[in-house]
Amino acid sequence: MLLIHCPYCEEARPEVEFAYGGEAHIARPVDPSTYSDEQWEEFLYIRSNPRGRHHERWRHSHGCGRFFNAVRDTVTDVFETTYKAGEARK
Amino acid sequence: MTGFRLADGGRIDRRTKRNFTFDGKARWGYAGDSLASALLAQGQMLFGRSFKYHRPRGILGAGVEEPNALVTVDRGPGRVTPNLRAPSVAIHDGLKAVSQNRFPTLKTDLIAVNNVLSAFFPAGFYNKTFMWPRAAWEKVYEPIIRRLAGLGDSPTTRDPDHYDATYAHCETLVVGAGPAGIAAALEAAATGGRVILIDEQEEIGGGALSDPAQWAWLAEASAKLAAMDNVTVLSRTTAIGHYHQNFVVAAERLTDHLAVNEAEGPREKLWRIRAGEVVLAMGAIERPLVFEGNDVPGVMLASAAKTFALRYGVAVGRKVVVMAVHDSGWRDALALHKAGVNIAAIVDLRRDVASDLIEGARDARIACYQGYAVTSISGGQAVKGVTIALAGFGKGQQLDCDAVLMAGGWTPTVHLWSHAKGTLRWDEAWGAFVPDKTHENLRCVGACAGAWSFGKGLPGGLLPAPKPLHESKAFVDFQNDVKARDIGLAVQEGFRSIEHIKRYTTNGMATDQGKTSNLNGLQIASGVLHRPVTEIGLTTFRPPYTPQSFGAILGHHKEALFQPLRKTVIDDWAASHGAVYENVAQWRRARFFPQGSEDMDAAVARECRTVRSAVGVFDASTLGKIEVVGSDAAEFLNRMYTNPWKSLEPGRCRYGLLLGEHGFIIDDGVSARLAPDRFHLTTTTGGAARVLNMMEDYLQTEWSDLDVWLTSTTEQWAVIAVQGPKARRVIEPLMEGIDLSPEAFPHMAVREGRICGVETRLFRVSFTGELGFEVNVPAEHGRMVWEAIWAEGQKHGAVAYGTETMHVLRAEKGFIIVGQDTDGTITPDDAGLGWAVGKKKPDFVGKRSLARPDIVAPGRKQLVGLLTDDPQAVLEEGAQIVADPNQPVPMTMLGHVTSSYHSATLGRSIAMALVAGGRDRMGETLHIPMPAGTISAKVVAPMFYDPEGSRLNG
Ligand SMILES: [Zn+2]
Repeated sequence: MLLIHCPYCEEARPEVEFAYGGEAHIARPVDPSTYSDEQWEEFLYIRSNPRGRHHERWRHSHGCGRFFNAVRDTVTDVFETTYKAGEARK
Repeated sequence: MTGFRLADGGRIDRRTKRNFTFDGKARWGYAGDSLASALLAQGQMLFGRSFKYHRPRGILGAGVEEPNALVTVDRGPGRVTPNLRAPSVAIHDGLKAVSQNRFPTLKTDLIAVNNVLSAFFPAGFYNKTFMWPRAAWEKVYEPIIRRLAGLGDSPTTRDPDHYDATYAHCETLVVGAGPAGIAAALEAAATGGRVILIDEQEEIGGGALSDPAQWAWLAEASAKLAAMDNVTVLSRTTAIGHYHQNFVVAAERLTDHLAVNEAEGPREKLWRIRAGEVVLAMGAIERPLVFEGNDVPGVMLASAAKTFALRYGVAVGRKVVVMAVHDSGWRDALALHKAGVNIAAIVDLRRDVASDLIEGARDARIACYQGYAVTSISGGQAVKGVTIALAGFGKGQQLDCDAVLMAGGWTPTVHLWSHAKGTLRWDEAWGAFVPDKTHENLRCVGACAGAWSFGKGLPGGLLPAPKPLHESKAFVDFQNDVKARDIGLAVQEGFRSIEHIKRYTTNGMATDQGKTSNLNGLQIASGVLHRPVTEIGLTTFRPPYTPQSFGAILGHHKEALFQPLRKTVIDDWAASHGAVYENVAQWRRARFFPQGSEDMDAAVARECRTVRSAVGVFDASTLGKIEVVGSDAAEFLNRMYTNPWKSLEPGRCRYGLLLGEHGFIIDDGVSARLAPDRFHLTTTTGGAARVLNMMEDYLQTEWSDLDVWLTSTTEQWAVIAVQGPKARRVIEPLMEGIDLSPEAFPHMAVREGRICGVETRLFRVSFTGELGFEVNVPAEHGRMVWEAIWAEGQKHGAVAYGTETMHVLRAEKGFIIVGQDTDGTITPDDAGLGWAVGKKKPDFVGKRSLARPDIVAPGRKQLVGLLTDDPQAVLEEGAQIVADPNQPVPMTMLGHVTSSYHSATLGRSIAMALVAGGRDRMGETLHIPMPAGTISAKVVAPMFYDPEGSRLNG
């Protein structure tokens, strides 16, 4: 079971308190109607799925309830860092 | 029948006898014996029949690596455990052990005819042979194979034991309490940190238990550890897996070693340990050698024979031959000789062996054959002799013996290291993979680190033989009956990666997970392929390290504690009024309230008729509820839901439809605006947490500028639905401060006031099509208000109804249940809810997707009603729908039935269905093929009752 550092609670807590939230830094377009079908498909479904550093979202569901971002190595599962939503990509 | 108890030696207590049975026959041993040692001492060599060929098998090892001697231990009803390894079972008075996979008895197994037919059971046999008709597989082959191939039988009765579970934290966790592990634990303990030392055996000591010279040290070290407050020593505890960040799960066996009448408390305890540092001291497992007849009972690992002699005082034979490719075989032979075991010869494939070993053997008058290999074994159910030949090819020479010991080198036990994603490197001297790098605070010590001297060797698994590989009966994986020639065949058939060879041959896939076969299989594949082992790879180790009971994994999470059961505040009332329950998303809900001898159909029909003709009361407390507050609350809901919210006046309700960004329906519910900055949202019972999570996601990460606060209030409000033409008359006498007249309180309105003296949010809404109210009161008053409404309702012939009636009534009106009439691929238009989409809204979650080509394409599945031609035929929910019932299979499926009931109101069945191009098929007859015959039905609008909605006015 992973230990995940919540950047809001500033504590490492067991994985069971968290919920995974998919790839990070995929912003909803301000006006989706301006998107072509291809652009919208990209936004909805196309993900980077890297081997190695992955920027991803987690929610401290059974804690403070906040969404935050993390960089995790998909090979080792080691968290490089976690940071608050809205902060620049690390 | 050649094993016997040595006159002295061992750690057994020769003053304490233990009586047990094996296959129903009375046996005995001493306290401290394992099942294997006690039986060997009485001359038992035959322990089981092999998995596929039912070949007779004896003991191979003295520990968890044992692949052959699997037994079922019977501790009474529900306490039958199959597939236990005889060397790991401690004997106690009354132990009942039974051999496995034999028919009818161990000694005369009729199915061993397989052995003769083994040419027809090559690698990949299952894949190749059973590409036959399905019926032949189900009726002929599967039953035969299930009879032939199998381990022990699964228990069929309920396990009466209970299992404990705990979390533990420590600075240092040491796995394995051999000399290296004990040293590591003592070292860590001296620093003052918390230390946990765990070991799978009956007592700590590991390899030292088989070395009397270390017993004094062991006793001293054990006493020292026991005396330290910061050290926890757990024996009979197996570390089954290493998970992320030094989280190790271990199962402690608490009572299986005790007589049944002495066993008290939980049977096992699962430890979840988070450690600062993990030290793996798991030792190494000796490798068998692969030669013709290496599975005849009496052929075993040299290290096992040493353990039986020195730890248990048991000689495995009266005349023993050692077949070695490693120095450790010579050392073990000399130790055995010293303990009184007659070693007739040491055969070593190597010509060059250290002179001290040769001299030791000469001094002990042991014949030495360097450069020789065993080429065959004589004997079927027990070893009678061996044939040896120079380099495996020369003229054969017979040696009489009753046991053959294999010393094929050593495999470091790197399982937990690999669980932790530690990398391995090939060590040529060991002829094995040893730990390399890890990102955890984890290290290996002792033999599992590759840092223990067993001497030199030439590990390679396969011995040279006069027979070609494809004719040999040399076994690699004893438990799964995989022969060297099967690996050769896999390579010949084109498999190159060890992961593929493993799956094709099943090498290493049995319950022992290849503890004695992985490396031999790998090296044989390497030899056949003429490629280095490092290019062929090593299969992945996964938890558990040894087979684990489900009980310990489950712990306390069974029966009532399996998962939380949520009950409403009205649940007790329902119970005392005879409710039959169903579980919905962890909520226990009253499904119907049978009276007298009513069955469900009769009860539901009565409840439905009463709601439509008088009034019914329904506990709707499980509805998800979210309080949305803030100056931007309306703006937020406008962005989330498909319909417009900003124009909704305070005091009014609206049906809200929630989509995902993909455009498909996720949830729905009626919500009320209580004030310009306050909404009372409702969600489906199962969707409450999901919807709140989704809303929080948008609020926190997309629109964090909005002034909105979301609070789950599901459990704060009890909700009592009062539905039916007499609904107003039932609640009117109880209300204060709310004008219930139709003019003052129209349909889809909300009012705040008091009922029975407590605050209420009163909704005028209907999920039945009748005049209806939903009374929200603080949960702590829910029971009181329910009873007051119930008492008032009695004056008007009220009925309490459950979820089944709720479903029928809503289906009569064509109201959907998200997740039943939708399946995650249904848009508002598909569901006939296009009216709920705000056409003028520039954006909402999912809007862009509603313009995607596939969403606007014709022929999508649409929600329609179905009326069966036979009005009494009730369609099965989930049944497939076709246009032409005579079309040959595979038929073109148009869709499926989503909701189907008998409607007492209409005196016939009704159904809803998702049908391709459904709304263009109105009036068409479609067909539902069922096992008992095809049912035909006409497509109609999904609205069966009061289409004008006049009944909403009461
Ligand atoms: Zn937090």
